[in-house]
Amino acid sequence: METSELKKVASQVRRDIVRMVSAVNSGHPGGSLGCADFLTVLYFDIMKHNSADFSMNAINEDVFYLSNGHISPVFYSVLARSGYFPVAELATFRKIGTRLQGHPATDKKLPGVRMASGSLGQGLSNALGTCQTKKLNGDSSLVYTLHGDGELQEGQIWEAAMYASANKVDNIISTIDCNGRQIDGNTDDVLSLGNLSQKWQAFGWEVLEMDGHNIDEIKSVLNKAKSLTGNGKPIVIIMKTEMGQGVDYMMGSHKWHGVAPNEEQLKLALNQLAETLGDY
Amino acid sequence: MIDIVVTGNKDTRSGFGEGLLELAKTNKDVVALCADLIGSLKMDAFKAEAPERFFQTGIAEANMIGMAAGMTVGGKIPFTGTFAVFSTGRVYDQIRQSVAYSKKNVKICASHAGVTLGEDGATHQILEDIGMMKMLPNMTVIVPCDFNQTKQATIAIAAYEGPVYLRFGRPVMPIFIKEDAEFIVGKADVLIEGTDVTVIACGHLVWKSIEAARILEEKGISVELINMHTIKPLDVQAVLKSISKTRCVVTAEEHMINGGLGDSIAQVLIQNLLVPQEYVGVNDTFGESGAPMELMTKFGIDTQNVVDAVLKVIKRK
Repeated sequence: METSELKKVASQVRRDIVRMVSAVNSGHPGGSLGCADFLTVLYFDIMKHNSADFSMNAINEDVFYLSNGHISPVFYSVLARSGYFPVAELATFRKIGTRLQGHPATDKKLPGVRMASGSLGQGLSNALGTCQTKKLNGDSSLVYTLHGDGELQEGQIWEAAMYASANKVDNIISTIDCNGRQIDGNTDDVLSLGNLSQKWQAFGWEVLEMDGHNIDEIKSVLNKAKSLTGNGKPIVIIMKTEMGQGVDYMMGSHKWHGVAPNEEQLKLALNQLAETLGDY
Repeated sequence: MIDIVVTGNKDTRSGFGEGLLELAKTNKDVVALCADLIGSLKMDAFKAEAPERFFQTGIAEANMIGMAAGMTVGGKIPFTGTFAVFSTGRVYDQIRQSVAYSKKNVKICASHAGVTLGEDGATHQILEDIGMMKMLPNMTVIVPCDFNQTKQATIAIAAYEGPVYLRFGRPVMPIFIKEDAEFIVGKADVLIEGTDVTVIACGHLVWKSIEAARILEEKGISVELINMHTIKPLDVQAVLKSISKTRCVVTAEEHMINGGLGDSIAQVLIQNLLVPQEYVGVNDTFGESGAPMELMTKFGIDTQNVVDAVLKVIKRK
Protein backbone atom coordinates (compact mmCIF):
# COMPACT_ATOMS: atom_id res chain seq x y z
CA MET A 1 0.00 0.00 0.00
CA GLU A 2 1.20 3.53 -0.77
CA THR A 3 2.67 5.46 2.12
CA SER A 4 0.07 8.20 1.75
CA GLU A 5 -2.70 5.61 2.10
CA LEU A 6 -1.04 4.02 5.13
CA LYS A 7 -0.83 7.45 6.75
CA LYS A 8 -4.56 7.89 6.25
CA VAL A 9 -5.28 4.54 7.90
CA ALA A 10 -2.99 5.36 10.82
CA SER A 11 -4.72 8.68 11.38
CA GLN A 12 -8.12 6.99 11.48
CA VAL A 13 -6.75 4.32 13.82
CA ARG A 14 -5.59 7.08 16.18
CA ARG A 15 -9.06 8.65 16.10
CA ASP A 16 -10.57 5.25 16.89
CA ILE A 17 -8.18 4.82 19.84
CA VAL A 18 -8.96 8.08 21.59
CA ARG A 19 -12.69 7.75 20.92
CA MET A 20 -12.75 4.16 22.25
CA VAL A 21 -10.97 4.90 25.51
CA SER A 22 -12.76 8.18 26.09
CA ALA A 23 -16.17 6.54 25.64
CA VAL A 24 -15.59 4.17 28.56
CA ASN A 25 -13.23 6.41 30.52
CA SER A 26 -10.70 3.59 30.69
CA GLY A 27 -8.07 1.82 28.63
CA HIS A 28 -4.56 2.62 27.45
CA PRO A 29 -4.23 5.39 24.86
CA GLY A 30 -0.51 6.20 25.26
CA GLY A 31 1.07 2.99 24.00
CA SER A 32 -1.78 2.48 21.53
CA LEU A 33 -1.11 5.80 19.81
CA GLY A 34 2.61 5.04 19.81
CA CYS A 35 2.11 1.75 17.95
CA ALA A 36 -0.54 2.94 15.46
CA ASP A 37 1.93 3.45 12.62
CA PHE A 38 3.64 0.10 13.14
CA LEU A 39 0.47 -1.99 13.37
CA THR A 40 -1.05 -0.20 10.38
CA VAL A 41 1.97 -1.01 8.21
CA LEU A 42 2.13 -4.58 9.54
CA TYR A 43 -1.51 -5.41 8.81
CA PHE A 44 -2.02 -3.33 5.65
CA ASP A 45 1.30 -3.82 3.90
CA ILE A 46 3.45 -6.59 5.35
CA MET A 47 1.54 -9.56 6.73
CA LYS A 48 0.04 -12.33 4.63
CA HIS A 49 -3.32 -12.84 6.31
CA ASN A 50 -6.96 -13.50 5.57
CA SER A 51 -9.24 -11.14 7.45
CA ALA A 52 -12.37 -12.26 5.61
CA ASP A 53 -12.15 -15.84 6.87
CA PHE A 54 -10.38 -15.90 10.22
CA SER A 55 -8.76 -19.21 11.02
CA MET A 56 -7.35 -19.97 14.46
CA ASN A 57 -4.87 -22.42 12.94
CA ALA A 58 -3.54 -19.88 10.42
CA ILE A 59 -2.22 -22.49 8.01
CA ASN A 60 -0.08 -20.68 5.40
CA GLU A 61 -0.95 -17.35 7.01
CA ASP A 62 1.30 -15.07 9.02
CA VAL A 63 0.43 -14.83 12.71
CA PHE A 64 0.67 -11.80 14.99
CA TYR A 65 0.73 -11.91 18.79
CA LEU A 66 0.19 -8.74 20.80
CA SER A 67 2.19 -9.51 23.92
CA ASN A 68 1.56 -6.14 25.55
CA GLY A 69 -2.19 -6.71 25.60
CA HIS A 70 -3.03 -3.42 27.28
CA ILE A 71 -2.68 -1.60 23.97
CA SER A 72 -5.78 -3.44 22.80
CA PRO A 73 -7.39 -0.24 21.37
CA VAL A 74 -4.84 -0.01 18.54
CA PHE A 75 -5.05 -3.77 17.94
CA TYR A 76 -8.85 -3.74 17.74
CA SER A 77 -8.93 -0.70 15.50
CA VAL A 78 -6.39 -2.18 13.07
CA LEU A 79 -8.21 -5.55 13.06
CA ALA A 80 -11.55 -3.87 12.37
CA ARG A 81 -10.15 -1.50 9.75
CA SER A 82 -8.52 -4.43 7.95
CA GLY A 83 -11.78 -6.37 7.87
CA TYR A 84 -11.74 -8.91 10.70
CA PHE A 85 -14.99 -7.61 12.22
CA PRO A 86 -17.36 -4.68 11.68
CA VAL A 87 -15.85 -1.29 12.46
CA ALA A 88 -19.06 -0.39 14.34
CA GLU A 89 -18.16 -3.00 16.94
CA LEU A 90 -15.35 -0.72 18.17
CA ALA A 91 -18.11 1.16 20.00
CA THR A 92 -18.55 -1.83 22.33
CA PHE A 93 -14.95 -1.71 23.63
CA ARG A 94 -14.82 -2.63 27.34
CA LYS A 95 -18.62 -2.63 27.67
CA ILE A 96 -20.54 -5.50 29.20
CA GLY A 97 -20.98 -8.43 26.82
CA THR A 98 -18.40 -7.16 24.33
CA ARG A 99 -16.01 -9.27 22.28
CA LEU A 100 -13.56 -6.38 22.67
CA GLN A 101 -12.45 -7.14 26.22
CA GLY A 102 -10.21 -4.73 28.10
CA HIS A 103 -7.32 -6.98 27.17
CA PRO A 104 -7.44 -9.26 24.11
CA ALA A 105 -9.15 -12.61 24.68
CA THR A 106 -10.18 -15.62 22.66
CA ASP A 107 -13.16 -16.80 24.69
CA LYS A 108 -15.63 -14.45 23.00
CA LYS A 109 -14.24 -15.53 19.64
CA LEU A 110 -13.23 -12.13 18.30
CA PRO A 111 -11.78 -12.76 14.83
CA GLY A 112 -8.09 -11.86 14.66
CA VAL A 113 -7.19 -12.76 18.25
CA ARG A 114 -5.44 -16.11 18.76
CA MET A 115 -4.24 -15.77 22.36
CA ALA A 116 -5.23 -13.87 25.46
CA SER A 117 -2.68 -11.31 26.60
CA GLY A 118 -2.50 -8.79 29.37
CA SER A 119 -0.33 -10.44 31.97
CA LEU A 120 2.96 -9.39 30.41
CA GLY A 121 5.83 -11.42 29.06
CA GLN A 122 4.00 -14.39 27.59
CA GLY A 123 3.59 -13.50 23.91
CA LEU A 124 7.13 -14.34 22.84
CA SER A 125 6.79 -17.89 24.18
CA ASN A 126 3.40 -18.25 22.50
CA ALA A 127 4.94 -17.09 19.23
CA LEU A 128 7.86 -19.52 19.47
CA GLY A 129 5.38 -22.36 19.90
CA THR A 130 3.56 -21.32 16.74
CA CYS A 131 6.91 -20.96 14.94
CA GLN A 132 7.78 -24.57 15.80
CA THR A 133 4.35 -25.79 14.73
CA LYS A 134 4.73 -23.97 11.41
CA LYS A 135 8.07 -25.68 10.87
CA LEU A 136 6.56 -29.10 11.65
CA ASN A 137 3.73 -28.35 9.25
CA GLY A 138 6.12 -27.27 6.48
CA ASP A 139 4.41 -23.87 6.56
CA SER A 140 6.79 -21.11 5.50
CA SER A 141 4.67 -18.20 6.72
CA LEU A 142 5.97 -16.03 9.57
CA VAL A 143 5.11 -15.14 13.16
CA TYR A 144 5.22 -11.53 14.38
CA THR A 145 5.09 -10.22 17.93
CA LEU A 146 4.92 -6.84 19.60
CA HIS A 147 6.18 -6.14 23.12
CA GLY A 148 6.42 -3.08 25.30
CA ASP A 149 9.88 -2.06 26.47
CA GLY A 150 8.74 -2.17 30.09
CA GLU A 151 7.48 -5.68 29.40
CA LEU A 152 11.08 -6.80 28.93
CA GLN A 153 11.44 -6.55 32.70
CA GLU A 154 9.52 -9.85 32.86
CA GLY A 155 11.88 -12.83 33.15
CA GLN A 156 9.89 -15.06 30.81
CA ILE A 157 10.88 -12.86 27.86
CA TRP A 158 14.51 -13.84 28.38
CA GLU A 159 13.69 -17.52 28.79
CA ALA A 160 12.06 -17.31 25.39
CA ALA A 161 14.85 -15.20 23.90
CA MET A 162 17.40 -17.82 24.94
CA TYR A 163 15.28 -20.66 23.56
CA ALA A 164 14.79 -18.98 20.18
CA SER A 165 18.44 -18.50 19.31
CA ALA A 166 19.58 -21.82 20.80
CA ASN A 167 17.01 -23.60 18.64
CA LYS A 168 17.49 -21.44 15.52
CA VAL A 169 13.89 -20.25 15.43
CA ASP A 170 14.25 -18.11 12.31
CA ASN A 171 10.61 -17.62 11.31
CA ILE A 172 9.89 -14.96 13.93
CA ILE A 173 10.04 -11.17 13.72
CA SER A 174 9.58 -9.54 17.11
CA THR A 175 9.27 -5.80 17.62
CA ILE A 176 9.92 -3.90 20.83
CA ASP A 177 7.96 -0.69 21.33
CA CYS A 178 10.63 1.49 22.92
CA ASN A 179 8.82 4.53 24.21
CA GLY A 180 10.90 4.64 27.37
CA ARG A 181 7.83 4.93 29.59
CA GLN A 182 5.87 2.66 31.90
CA ILE A 183 3.12 3.18 34.47
CA ASP A 184 5.32 4.44 37.26
CA GLY A 185 7.53 6.67 35.12
CA ASN A 186 10.47 6.45 32.73
CA THR A 187 11.82 2.94 32.24
CA ASP A 188 15.26 4.33 33.04
CA ASP A 189 13.99 5.33 36.49
CA VAL A 190 11.73 2.35 37.23
CA LEU A 191 14.13 -0.40 36.16
CA SER A 192 16.64 0.53 33.52
CA LEU A 193 16.76 -1.81 30.55
CA GLY A 194 20.36 -0.92 29.77
CA ASN A 195 21.48 -1.32 26.17
CA LEU A 196 18.66 -3.26 24.57
CA SER A 197 20.39 -3.82 21.25
CA GLN A 198 23.37 -5.36 22.96
CA LYS A 199 21.16 -7.45 25.21
CA TRP A 200 19.29 -9.00 22.27
CA GLN A 201 22.54 -9.49 20.36
CA ALA A 202 24.03 -11.22 23.37
CA PHE A 203 20.99 -13.51 23.38
CA GLY A 204 21.79 -14.44 19.79
CA TRP A 205 19.17 -12.42 17.92
CA GLU A 206 19.56 -10.47 14.70
CA VAL A 207 18.81 -6.89 15.78
CA LEU A 208 17.36 -4.17 13.57
CA GLU A 209 16.33 -0.66 14.58
CA MET A 210 13.72 1.71 13.25
CA ASP A 211 11.79 4.90 13.85
CA GLY A 212 8.27 3.76 14.71
CA HIS A 213 6.69 6.90 13.27
CA ASN A 214 8.31 6.94 9.84
CA ILE A 215 6.00 4.86 7.64
CA ASP A 216 8.57 4.42 4.87
CA GLU A 217 11.19 3.30 7.34
CA ILE A 218 8.79 0.85 9.03
CA LYS A 219 8.03 -0.64 5.61
CA SER A 220 11.63 -0.97 4.60
CA VAL A 221 12.85 -2.36 7.94
CA LEU A 222 10.01 -4.90 8.13
CA ASN A 223 10.78 -5.97 4.56
CA LYS A 224 14.44 -6.26 5.44
CA ALA A 225 13.50 -8.35 8.48
CA LYS A 226 11.45 -10.65 6.23
CA SER A 227 14.42 -11.06 3.94
CA LEU A 228 16.55 -12.10 6.92
CA THR A 229 14.23 -14.91 8.01
CA GLY A 230 15.26 -18.48 7.34
CA ASN A 231 18.90 -17.82 8.19
CA GLY A 232 19.07 -19.65 11.50
CA LYS A 233 18.54 -16.58 13.70
CA PRO A 234 15.49 -15.00 15.30
CA ILE A 235 14.94 -11.34 14.43
CA VAL A 236 14.05 -8.44 16.70
CA ILE A 237 13.37 -4.84 15.79
CA ILE A 238 14.06 -2.14 18.35
CA MET A 239 11.42 0.43 17.46
CA LYS A 240 11.76 3.96 18.82
CA THR A 241 8.37 5.51 19.50
CA GLU A 242 6.74 8.31 21.43
CA MET A 243 4.02 7.37 23.86
CA GLY A 244 0.86 9.26 22.86
CA GLN A 245 2.19 10.05 19.36
CA GLY A 246 -0.21 12.27 17.40
CA VAL A 247 -1.87 13.97 20.36
CA ASP A 248 0.38 16.77 21.59
CA TYR A 249 -0.71 16.89 25.21
CA MET A 250 -0.20 13.14 25.61
CA MET A 251 3.38 13.12 24.31
CA GLY A 252 6.54 13.43 26.36
CA SER A 253 5.17 11.80 29.51
CA HIS A 254 4.13 8.46 31.00
CA LYS A 255 0.95 10.00 32.38
CA TRP A 256 -1.28 8.88 29.49
CA HIS A 257 -0.25 5.23 29.72
CA GLY A 258 -3.56 4.18 31.20
CA VAL A 259 -5.70 7.30 31.47
CA ALA A 260 -8.53 8.17 29.10
CA PRO A 261 -9.21 11.70 27.84
CA ASN A 262 -12.38 13.42 29.04
CA GLU A 263 -14.84 15.02 26.62
CA GLU A 264 -12.94 18.28 26.31
CA GLN A 265 -9.59 16.53 25.97
CA LEU A 266 -11.09 14.22 23.35
CA LYS A 267 -12.11 17.24 21.25
CA LEU A 268 -8.57 18.58 21.47
CA ALA A 269 -7.20 15.21 20.38
CA LEU A 270 -9.62 14.77 17.49
CA ASN A 271 -8.75 18.25 16.20
CA GLN A 272 -5.21 16.94 15.67
CA LEU A 273 -6.20 13.71 13.91
CA ALA A 274 -7.79 13.78 10.47
CA GLU A 275 -10.90 11.67 9.91
CA THR A 276 -9.85 9.79 6.79
CA LEU A 277 -11.95 6.63 6.61
CA GLY A 278 -15.01 7.71 8.57
CA ASP A 279 -15.48 7.36 12.32
CA TYR A 280 -17.23 4.23 13.57
CA MET B 1 -15.22 -60.72 48.48
CA ILE B 2 -13.00 -57.95 47.20
CA ASP B 3 -12.06 -58.82 43.65
CA ILE B 4 -8.86 -56.85 43.03
CA VAL B 5 -5.95 -58.61 41.36
CA VAL B 6 -2.44 -57.18 41.52
CA THR B 7 -0.58 -57.89 38.30
CA GLY B 8 2.73 -56.19 39.04
CA ASN B 9 4.43 -53.17 40.54
CA LYS B 10 5.44 -49.99 38.71
CA ASP B 11 5.48 -46.21 39.06
CA THR B 12 2.69 -44.17 37.51
CA ARG B 13 5.20 -41.92 35.72
CA SER B 14 6.26 -44.96 33.70
CA GLY B 15 2.64 -45.36 32.65
CA PHE B 16 2.80 -41.81 31.34
CA GLY B 17 6.01 -42.60 29.46
CA GLU B 18 4.47 -45.66 27.82
CA GLY B 19 1.28 -43.81 26.94
CA LEU B 20 3.27 -41.00 25.40
CA LEU B 21 5.32 -43.47 23.36
CA GLU B 22 2.09 -44.98 22.05
CA LEU B 23 0.97 -41.49 21.01
CA ALA B 24 4.29 -40.88 19.26
CA LYS B 25 3.49 -43.88 17.09
CA THR B 26 -0.22 -43.31 16.55
CA ASN B 27 -0.91 -39.56 16.54
CA LYS B 28 1.33 -37.32 14.44
CA ASP B 29 -0.20 -34.17 15.95
CA VAL B 30 1.10 -34.97 19.43
CA VAL B 31 4.22 -33.02 20.40
CA ALA B 32 6.06 -33.19 23.71
CA LEU B 33 7.92 -30.53 25.66
CA CYS B 34 10.15 -31.07 28.66
CA ALA B 35 12.00 -28.69 30.99
CA ASP B 36 15.19 -30.66 31.66
CA LEU B 37 13.58 -33.72 33.29
CA ILE B 38 13.35 -36.23 30.45
CA GLY B 39 14.52 -39.18 32.55
CA SER B 40 12.36 -38.36 35.57
CA LEU B 41 9.28 -37.97 33.37
CA LYS B 42 10.06 -41.11 31.35
CA MET B 43 9.90 -39.10 28.12
CA ASP B 44 13.02 -40.76 26.61
CA ALA B 45 11.01 -43.20 24.56
CA PHE B 46 8.90 -40.48 22.93
CA LYS B 47 12.05 -38.53 22.16
CA ALA B 48 13.68 -41.55 20.53
CA GLU B 49 10.56 -42.42 18.53
CA ALA B 50 9.70 -38.89 17.33
CA PRO B 51 12.72 -36.60 17.85
CA GLU B 52 11.35 -33.93 15.52
CA ARG B 53 8.24 -33.65 17.70
CA PHE B 54 10.16 -33.44 20.97
CA PHE B 55 11.12 -30.02 22.37
CA GLN B 56 13.67 -29.57 25.16
CA THR B 57 13.06 -26.14 26.69
CA GLY B 58 15.72 -26.21 29.40
CA ILE B 59 14.97 -25.09 32.94
CA ALA B 60 12.42 -22.53 31.78
CA GLU B 61 8.94 -23.75 32.66
CA ALA B 62 7.15 -20.47 31.94
CA ASN B 63 8.49 -20.49 28.40
CA MET B 64 7.55 -24.16 28.05
CA ILE B 65 3.90 -23.54 28.96
CA GLY B 66 3.72 -20.45 26.76
CA MET B 67 5.22 -22.34 23.83
CA ALA B 68 2.84 -25.24 24.33
CA ALA B 69 -0.10 -22.85 24.09
CA GLY B 70 1.34 -21.34 20.90
CA MET B 71 1.92 -24.78 19.37
CA THR B 72 -1.81 -25.44 19.34
CA VAL B 73 -2.14 -22.67 16.74
CA GLY B 74 -1.60 -24.85 13.68
CA GLY B 75 -3.17 -27.96 15.18
CA LYS B 76 -0.59 -29.62 17.39
CA ILE B 77 -1.50 -31.32 20.69
CA PRO B 78 1.30 -30.42 23.13
CA PHE B 79 2.11 -32.54 26.21
CA THR B 80 4.34 -30.70 28.69
CA GLY B 81 6.35 -32.65 31.22
CA THR B 82 8.00 -31.62 34.46
CA PHE B 83 7.52 -32.15 38.21
CA ALA B 84 4.07 -31.23 39.53
CA VAL B 85 5.52 -28.39 41.59
CA PHE B 86 6.99 -26.75 38.49
CA SER B 87 3.97 -27.68 36.35
CA THR B 88 1.57 -25.65 38.46
CA GLY B 89 2.69 -23.17 41.12
CA ARG B 90 5.68 -21.96 39.17
CA VAL B 91 3.66 -21.33 36.01
CA TYR B 92 0.18 -20.61 37.33
CA ASP B 93 -0.15 -17.31 35.52
CA GLN B 94 1.06 -18.78 32.23
CA ILE B 95 -1.44 -21.63 32.52
CA ARG B 96 -4.19 -19.24 33.56
CA GLN B 97 -3.81 -16.81 30.65
CA SER B 98 -2.24 -18.75 27.78
CA VAL B 99 -3.83 -22.18 28.38
CA ALA B 100 -7.01 -22.05 30.46
CA TYR B 101 -8.44 -18.62 29.54
CA SER B 102 -7.29 -18.99 25.93
CA LYS B 103 -8.77 -22.52 25.98
CA LYS B 104 -5.80 -24.16 24.28
CA ASN B 105 -5.53 -27.90 23.74
CA VAL B 106 -2.51 -28.32 26.04
CA LYS B 107 -1.92 -31.37 28.26
CA ILE B 108 0.03 -30.45 31.39
CA CYS B 109 1.60 -33.69 32.59
CA ALA B 110 2.96 -33.54 36.11
CA SER B 111 5.08 -36.13 37.87
CA HIS B 112 6.45 -36.45 41.41
CA ALA B 113 3.27 -35.02 42.93
CA GLY B 114 2.78 -35.11 46.68
CA VAL B 115 4.93 -36.36 49.55
CA THR B 116 5.78 -39.62 47.77
CA LEU B 117 8.38 -37.69 45.80
CA GLY B 118 10.31 -38.53 48.94
CA GLU B 119 13.80 -37.51 49.90
CA ASP B 120 13.97 -34.21 47.98
CA GLY B 121 11.67 -32.72 50.60
CA ALA B 122 9.01 -30.03 50.80
CA THR B 123 10.36 -27.68 48.10
CA HIS B 124 9.46 -30.34 45.56
CA GLN B 125 6.46 -32.03 47.26
CA ILE B 126 3.53 -30.05 45.99
CA LEU B 127 0.27 -30.74 47.81
CA GLU B 128 -1.74 -27.79 46.46
CA ASP B 129 -1.75 -28.52 42.74
CA ILE B 130 -5.14 -30.20 42.43
CA GLY B 131 -6.73 -27.21 44.13
CA MET B 132 -4.96 -24.69 41.93
CA MET B 133 -5.79 -26.52 38.75
CA LYS B 134 -9.42 -27.33 39.53
CA MET B 135 -10.11 -23.66 40.25
CA LEU B 136 -9.23 -22.69 36.69
CA PRO B 137 -12.21 -22.47 34.32
CA ASN B 138 -11.86 -24.76 31.26
CA MET B 139 -9.33 -27.02 33.04
CA THR B 140 -9.87 -30.77 33.34
CA VAL B 141 -8.06 -32.42 36.27
CA ILE B 142 -7.10 -36.10 36.15
CA VAL B 143 -5.29 -38.14 38.83
CA PRO B 144 -4.95 -41.77 37.71
CA CYS B 145 -4.38 -44.48 40.32
CA ASP B 146 -1.79 -46.91 38.91
CA PHE B 147 0.58 -47.61 36.05
CA ASN B 148 -2.02 -49.03 33.68
CA GLN B 149 -4.52 -46.28 34.31
CA THR B 150 -1.89 -43.56 33.86
CA LYS B 151 -0.99 -45.05 30.49
CA GLN B 152 -4.64 -45.27 29.50
CA ALA B 153 -5.34 -41.71 30.68
CA THR B 154 -2.33 -40.34 28.77
CA ILE B 155 -3.64 -41.85 25.56
CA ALA B 156 -7.22 -40.80 26.27
CA ILE B 157 -6.49 -37.11 26.84
CA ALA B 158 -4.90 -36.73 23.40
CA ALA B 159 -8.39 -37.30 21.99
CA TYR B 160 -10.08 -35.08 24.59
CA GLU B 161 -10.27 -31.47 23.38
CA GLY B 162 -9.20 -28.76 25.81
CA PRO B 163 -6.74 -28.02 28.62
CA VAL B 164 -5.96 -31.00 30.87
CA TYR B 165 -3.89 -31.36 34.05
CA LEU B 166 -2.64 -34.96 34.41
CA ARG B 167 -1.08 -35.74 37.80
CA PHE B 168 1.04 -38.79 38.61
CA GLY B 169 3.98 -39.79 40.76
CA ARG B 170 7.29 -41.41 41.48
CA PRO B 171 6.94 -44.41 43.83
CA VAL B 172 6.59 -47.98 42.64
CA MET B 173 3.08 -49.12 43.56
CA PRO B 174 0.90 -52.15 42.81
CA ILE B 175 -0.79 -52.39 39.40
CA PHE B 176 -4.42 -53.42 39.75
CA ILE B 177 -6.32 -51.75 36.88
CA LYS B 178 -6.73 -54.18 33.98
CA GLU B 179 -4.41 -53.62 31.03
CA ASP B 180 -7.32 -53.40 28.60
CA ALA B 181 -9.56 -51.20 30.75
CA GLU B 182 -11.17 -48.26 29.00
CA PHE B 183 -10.39 -44.82 30.42
CA ILE B 184 -13.26 -42.38 30.10
CA VAL B 185 -12.57 -38.81 31.20
CA GLY B 186 -15.12 -37.79 33.82
CA LYS B 187 -16.49 -41.27 34.53
CA ALA B 188 -15.69 -42.66 37.97
CA ASP B 189 -14.65 -46.32 38.44
CA VAL B 190 -16.47 -48.24 41.17
CA LEU B 191 -13.62 -50.61 42.06
CA ILE B 192 -15.33 -52.34 44.99
CA GLU B 193 -19.06 -52.52 45.60
CA GLY B 194 -20.17 -52.27 49.23
CA THR B 195 -22.95 -51.13 51.50
CA ASP B 196 -21.66 -49.55 54.73
CA VAL B 197 -19.42 -46.69 53.62
CA THR B 198 -18.27 -45.01 50.43
CA VAL B 199 -14.56 -44.35 50.10
CA ILE B 200 -13.70 -41.95 47.28
CA ALA B 201 -10.00 -41.83 46.47
CA CYS B 202 -7.59 -40.73 43.77
CA GLY B 203 -3.96 -41.44 42.86
CA HIS B 204 -1.87 -43.51 45.25
CA LEU B 205 -4.62 -43.40 47.88
CA VAL B 206 -6.72 -45.74 45.76
CA TRP B 207 -4.30 -48.58 46.55
CA LYS B 208 -4.19 -47.58 50.21
CA SER B 209 -7.99 -47.64 50.22
CA ILE B 210 -8.03 -51.14 48.71
CA GLU B 211 -5.78 -52.28 51.57
CA ALA B 212 -8.08 -50.51 54.03
CA ALA B 213 -11.16 -52.14 52.51
CA ARG B 214 -9.62 -55.58 53.05
CA ILE B 215 -8.89 -54.81 56.71
CA LEU B 216 -12.40 -53.45 57.18
CA GLU B 217 -13.94 -56.46 55.45
CA GLU B 218 -12.40 -58.63 58.15
CA LYS B 219 -14.11 -56.43 60.71
CA GLY B 220 -17.41 -57.01 58.93
CA ILE B 221 -17.57 -53.55 57.30
CA SER B 222 -18.51 -53.44 53.63
CA VAL B 223 -16.69 -50.66 51.75
CA GLU B 224 -17.72 -49.27 48.40
CA LEU B 225 -14.57 -47.87 46.78
CA ILE B 226 -14.78 -45.28 44.03
CA ASN B 227 -11.62 -44.46 42.08
CA MET B 228 -12.29 -40.80 41.25
CA HIS B 229 -9.59 -40.41 38.62
CA THR B 230 -11.24 -37.33 37.16
CA ILE B 231 -11.62 -34.65 39.80
CA LYS B 232 -12.95 -32.11 37.33
CA PRO B 233 -15.42 -32.52 35.74
CA LEU B 234 -16.61 -34.54 38.72
CA ASP B 235 -18.85 -37.58 38.24
CA VAL B 236 -21.57 -36.29 40.56
CA GLN B 237 -24.02 -39.04 39.64
CA ALA B 238 -21.58 -41.74 40.71
CA VAL B 239 -21.12 -40.02 44.07
CA LEU B 240 -24.85 -39.60 44.67
CA LYS B 241 -25.66 -43.15 43.63
CA SER B 242 -23.16 -44.55 46.10
CA ILE B 243 -23.88 -42.32 49.09
CA SER B 244 -27.63 -42.82 48.71
CA LYS B 245 -26.86 -46.42 49.56
CA THR B 246 -24.06 -46.12 52.15
CA ARG B 247 -25.05 -42.77 53.78
CA CYS B 248 -21.45 -41.80 54.66
CA VAL B 249 -18.20 -40.94 52.88
CA VAL B 250 -14.46 -40.96 53.38
CA THR B 251 -12.34 -39.09 50.84
CA ALA B 252 -8.66 -39.98 50.47
CA GLU B 253 -5.96 -38.15 48.55
CA GLU B 254 -2.27 -37.28 48.55
CA HIS B 255 -3.03 -33.56 48.66
CA MET B 256 -3.94 -30.79 51.06
CA ILE B 257 -7.36 -31.24 52.59
CA ASN B 258 -7.93 -27.61 51.62
CA GLY B 259 -9.01 -27.52 48.01
CA GLY B 260 -8.58 -31.15 47.05
CA LEU B 261 -10.83 -34.01 45.97
CA GLY B 262 -12.46 -34.10 49.40
CA ASP B 263 -13.64 -30.51 49.08
CA SER B 264 -15.13 -31.27 45.66
CA ILE B 265 -17.06 -34.16 47.21
CA ALA B 266 -18.17 -32.00 50.17
CA GLN B 267 -19.74 -29.57 47.70
CA VAL B 268 -21.78 -32.41 46.25
CA LEU B 269 -22.96 -33.49 49.70
CA ILE B 270 -23.91 -29.99 50.80
CA GLN B 271 -25.92 -29.32 47.67
CA ASN B 272 -27.58 -32.71 47.30
CA LEU B 273 -27.53 -35.12 50.21
CA LEU B 274 -26.01 -34.24 53.54
CA VAL B 275 -24.27 -37.30 54.95
CA PRO B 276 -21.19 -37.41 57.23
CA GLN B 277 -17.78 -37.11 55.54
CA GLU B 278 -14.25 -37.66 56.86
CA TYR B 279 -11.13 -36.46 55.07
CA VAL B 280 -7.91 -38.38 54.60
CA GLY B 281 -5.38 -35.85 53.31
CA VAL B 282 -2.54 -33.61 54.40
CA ASN B 283 -3.69 -31.10 56.96
CA ASP B 284 -2.28 -27.64 56.26
CA THR B 285 1.40 -28.50 56.51
CA PHE B 286 4.39 -28.78 54.20
CA GLY B 287 6.05 -32.15 53.66
CA GLU B 288 9.62 -33.14 54.50
CA SER B 289 12.42 -35.49 53.46
CA GLY B 290 12.05 -39.23 53.95
CA ALA B 291 11.20 -42.46 52.19
CA PRO B 292 7.88 -42.23 50.32
CA MET B 293 5.98 -44.82 52.36
CA GLU B 294 7.29 -43.45 55.66
CA LEU B 295 6.04 -40.03 54.61
CA MET B 296 2.59 -41.37 53.77
CA THR B 297 2.40 -42.68 57.33
CA LYS B 298 3.80 -39.54 58.91
CA PHE B 299 1.48 -37.20 57.02
CA GLY B 300 -1.64 -39.22 57.71
CA ILE B 301 -2.40 -40.60 54.26
CA ASP B 302 -1.72 -44.29 54.84
CA THR B 303 -3.90 -47.40 54.96
CA GLN B 304 -4.53 -47.07 58.70
CA ASN B 305 -5.73 -43.48 58.25
CA VAL B 306 -8.38 -44.68 55.80
CA VAL B 307 -9.41 -47.44 58.22
CA ASP B 308 -9.67 -44.99 61.12
CA ALA B 309 -11.64 -42.49 59.05
CA VAL B 310 -14.12 -45.19 58.01
CA LEU B 311 -14.67 -46.31 61.60
CA LYS B 312 -15.21 -42.69 62.64
CA VAL B 313 -17.59 -41.76 59.84
CA ILE B 314 -19.74 -44.85 60.33
CA LYS B 315 -20.28 -43.83 63.96
CA ARG B 316 -21.51 -40.41 62.76
CA LYS B 317 -24.26 -41.90 60.57
